[in-house]
Amino acid sequence: MLNLIWLFLILTGIGVAAYNGRIDLVTETFFSGANEGVKVCLDLIGLMTLWLGMLEIAKQAGLVRVLARLLRPLTVLLFPGVPPNHPALGAIIMNISANILGLGNAATPFGLKAMEELQKLNPHQETATDAMCTFLAANTSCITLVPATIVGVRVAAGSANPTEIVGPTLFATGFTMIVTLFADFCWRNFFRARRRRGRK
Amino acid sequence: MIEQILTEVSRWAIPFLFVLFLVVGWCRRIPVYEAFIQGAAEGFQIAVRIIPYLVAMFVAIKIFRVSGAMDIFARICAPVLGLVGAPTEVLPLAVMRPLSGSSALGLATELIYSHGPDTFIGRLASVMQGTTDTTFFVLTVYFGSVGIKRYRHAVPLGLMADLTGLFASLFICHLLF
Repeated sequence: MLNLIWLFLILTGIGVAAYNGRIDLVTETFFSGANEGVKVCLDLIGLMTLWLGMLEIAKQAGLVRVLARLLRPLTVLLFPGVPPNHPALGAIIMNISANILGLGNAATPFGLKAMEELQKLNPHQETATDAMCTFLAANTSCITLVPATIVGVRVAAGSANPTEIVGPTLFATGFTMIVTLFADFCWRNFFRARRRRGRK
Repeated sequence: MIEQILTEVSRWAIPFLFVLFLVVGWCRRIPVYEAFIQGAAEGFQIAVRIIPYLVAMFVAIKIFRVSGAMDIFARICAPVLGLVGAPTEVLPLAVMRPLSGSSALGLATELIYSHGPDTFIGRLASVMQGTTDTTFFVLTVYFGSVGIKRYRHAVPLGLMADLTGLFASLFICHLLF
């Protein structure tokens, strides 16, 4: 599916550029786009290094374990395939917390760490596990308590009430997260049921 | 009032976390400096591993946007989204949001400035920006970092989350503003 989307983006892009007589844009955009991708990664190197260092302190101090134990009822329900004390859960919880607080630059390092830990539990190294799909569903639909960036933009644009969108955003993200996690739950159980039937 | 508290929470969260980790670590007699170095050592490899995925996504998304294909795509989607009460102005934002965070933020900022932050479109753009996520970025980078090739139901789930977020934003904005 991602193959098709990627192909669609590039081919329609080139097609439209050619139709508009701006085929020169293609070369230019490809090179600058590639550069931007690497720049994002360079920014991420510092953040990853910093946050993984802090995470290791929190882990050795037992903080991650305490947090994971507090949220165990939820994680057992959402991630039945992950053992309750697995380090993946700590990273998942830190990633979701960072997302909720609108700390985008802390969320990605924890998220990548969580994927690495989940991959250790994966029997088929090239295929996503249920836990990975659930984690990404939770990640992309995550509740936002503090949409800090957009409030900043609204302040800069001279809004009379820049934070009035916090409530609506909380509602919309909360609704989205519930729907998405429910859909994931159904999907997981539907596929498991079907696979079991297939084996008989 | 509540909203001010929330803004403060976001300002204090990271400094608070750093102090908490360091103080608890120190109290538990953890060699904090060595622990930091030990964890941080992995940071570089993980970050560098995602370069190919980032470049692939950035190139595709940028050519789609710069060539004008995105505007055409948004115009084709317009009648469908118009049915559920989405103003045509926010369509490029709705299309761009799952693809690229920085482009979407640019579009949202532009909408907020040109229509005014306290207009319906300004508010809707703000809520949409906060509600949906850069699904494709997250999918490619997260799966790419560990070498997953078969994404299974993560793609439809992510797209569904974005659509649900779009509809939920429209619903709540029509209700409140």
